[in-house]
Amino acid sequence: MTYSMTPLLALAGVRIKEFFREPGAIFWTFGFPLLLTVALGIAFRTEGPPRSTVALVYGGAGAPALLATLRAEPALSVEPLSAEIAAARLRGGDVLLVVEPPASSGQPVVYRFDPARPDALAIRRQVDELLQRAAGRTNPLPTRDETALARGARYIDWLVPGLLGMQLLSGALWGTAWIIVNARQRKLLKRLTATPMRHGHYLLSFRLSGLLFVPLQVIVLFAFARWTFGVKMYGSPVAVLALSLFASWSFAGLGLLCASRAQNNETANGLVNLVTLPMFMLSGVFFSSARFPTFLHPFIRLLPLSAYNDALRHIVNDGASLASQGVPLGVLAVWGVATSAIALRLFRWG
Amino acid sequence: MQPHVAIRISNLVKRYADVVAVNGLDLEVGLGECYGLLGPNGAGKTTTVEIMEGLLPPTAGTVEVLGQTWTGNGEDLRARIGVTLQETKLWEKLTVEETLRLFRTFYDDRRALKVKDLLEEMQLTEKRATWVQKLSGGQRQRLAVALGLIGDPEILFLDEPTTGLDPQSRRALWDTIATLKKRGKTVVLTTHYMDEAERLCDRVGIVDHGKLIAQGTPAELIHQSGGFHLVELQTAPELPPEAFSDLVGVRAIRQRESALGGGFALAVDEPHVALPALFARLAERQAKPTRLVSRAATLDDVFLSLTGRTLRED
Repeated sequence: MTYSMTPLLALAGVRIKEFFREPGAIFWTFGFPLLLTVALGIAFRTEGPPRSTVALVYGGAGAPALLATLRAEPALSVEPLSAEIAAARLRGGDVLLVVEPPASSGQPVVYRFDPARPDALAIRRQVDELLQRAAGRTNPLPTRDETALARGARYIDWLVPGLLGMQLLSGALWGTAWIIVNARQRKLLKRLTATPMRHGHYLLSFRLSGLLFVPLQVIVLFAFARWTFGVKMYGSPVAVLALSLFASWSFAGLGLLCASRAQNNETANGLVNLVTLPMFMLSGVFFSSARFPTFLHPFIRLLPLSAYNDALRHIVNDGASLASQGVPLGVLAVWGVATSAIALRLFRWG
Repeated sequence: MQPHVAIRISNLVKRYADVVAVNGLDLEVGLGECYGLLGPNGAGKTTTVEIMEGLLPPTAGTVEVLGQTWTGNGEDLRARIGVTLQETKLWEKLTVEETLRLFRTFYDDRRALKVKDLLEEMQLTEKRATWVQKLSGGQRQRLAVALGLIGDPEILFLDEPTTGLDPQSRRALWDTIATLKKRGKTVVLTTHYMDEAERLCDRVGIVDHGKLIAQGTPAELIHQSGGFHLVELQTAPELPPEAFSDLVGVRAIRQRESALGGGFALAVDEPHVALPALFARLAERQAKPTRLVSRAATLDDVFLSLTGRTLRED
């Protein structure tokens, strides 16, 4: 026998052909994450500060002057209303503050609001500040507001690495587990084991084809996010690629584990969902895992997807180096080695 | 082991949790022979063949293929045999040629057949660039056989090669197998079609309930079970089978199942001797035949005489 690499390359070639001849696979791997990026990017786009609605009760002395002062502030939307309507809208909640001009000169301006609402308190302070300054108050301490966000701090900047994590995890799991179990169910695995093919070549062909799929996924998603939302990669693209390949290798171990015994696609689907869905929730894909109770954080950090997402965000959003991500890389390595080792012990070819 | 033996199995047992699939089976296949395992569905044919192919471990018994057991020799043996499973779904979106080229990489390049020649031989040249999903049942089966042949094996295993094929594709595949036989390849096939076994196999082993219940050339088996011809008979008034047992040339009498219309069948070697005697007996007993069929006996009749059931019972 000759022990050439040819069967391994040929098997990886089959994986790649199989993939690119399946429109559904292409959509779910490449198209779907782009759609999610667009949908979530639009839904949670960061605008200027929200305009708050203030009602000015019309009538009384100085009302036109007050209206002019308040209208000069772009962050406020001021509506002149009758006292009754203003009161009704305050109860309804779409007006946060009602300003009553002084009934006669020397009387106070009255603010009506619900003190239980923090935004109402804030707007009361803002309106009061405007009116006091218009009346001639000067502040002794000069201040300046800096409202431009720090780099990589928008939701979309945070979201895109998480989407890539989700994409790589599901790609590695479906692309390993589903394909293997499908081949087992179709007796293709059995047919292959009746040839002199080395079993390791078959399993390695999945990792080998990943060398093509993973860079494509990274490049397509980041290029798209940059083009549509101006998401920038602050760290090294090489580091992002290397980290992603390593993570995908680690995730594929989980896929192999799901595939090791399952006899039919239904079981494989169940197992893959069981592994991926909790991680999509816990590992900070759509929202930060900081929202979970503190005692869960150490466990969440040990999940492979959390490790990848954390490391990726540090590199992409903060410009960190790959070398500085030792802990997440270690977590990924342990998962990859442990799951692959167990999977190979459990694996059934028949 | 003698050099002319390709496969030797003795006292083979395969037990699953609740079923005994193979229950003490012995057989020997000679090199260059086409050997058929014939039996109804569930008789243990596939299990036996998959043990020969090294795909299943036996519970007990010994299996030697080309003089070697599977333990420790798997790699060598797999390179020397070719396999067509009962049903394999290949990659639907790979072409015929891509599939063959992939399998070819698993074998020694110096020994494996040329893809082009094999496509030609299996009449798949026109379909070489067609995706597997677009192939007809017969074309798929020819591809499956081609994959079994790509490594130029010494033994080719075919598990139910023509099940589910239309008559034309069956005949085309029979021709292919006949060609392989002529070239001196050892072929082991399973089937529940008696015509397939009769036509292709040098020797046939009849399997039932995990045991080999008879073995020989198709002609031997048919002759041993009573005769080459069967005369199926029903009369009015109805005469008992014993009325014909002493007729010249009658070797056995078999009751026909009532499901098949009742009556009985006389096993004879020479119908031209037995039939005149039969007509004389009918005249003598003043009976008329309401049904009279004279036909060649088949392996199905052999199976029926051995087990009381037909091969087609599902």
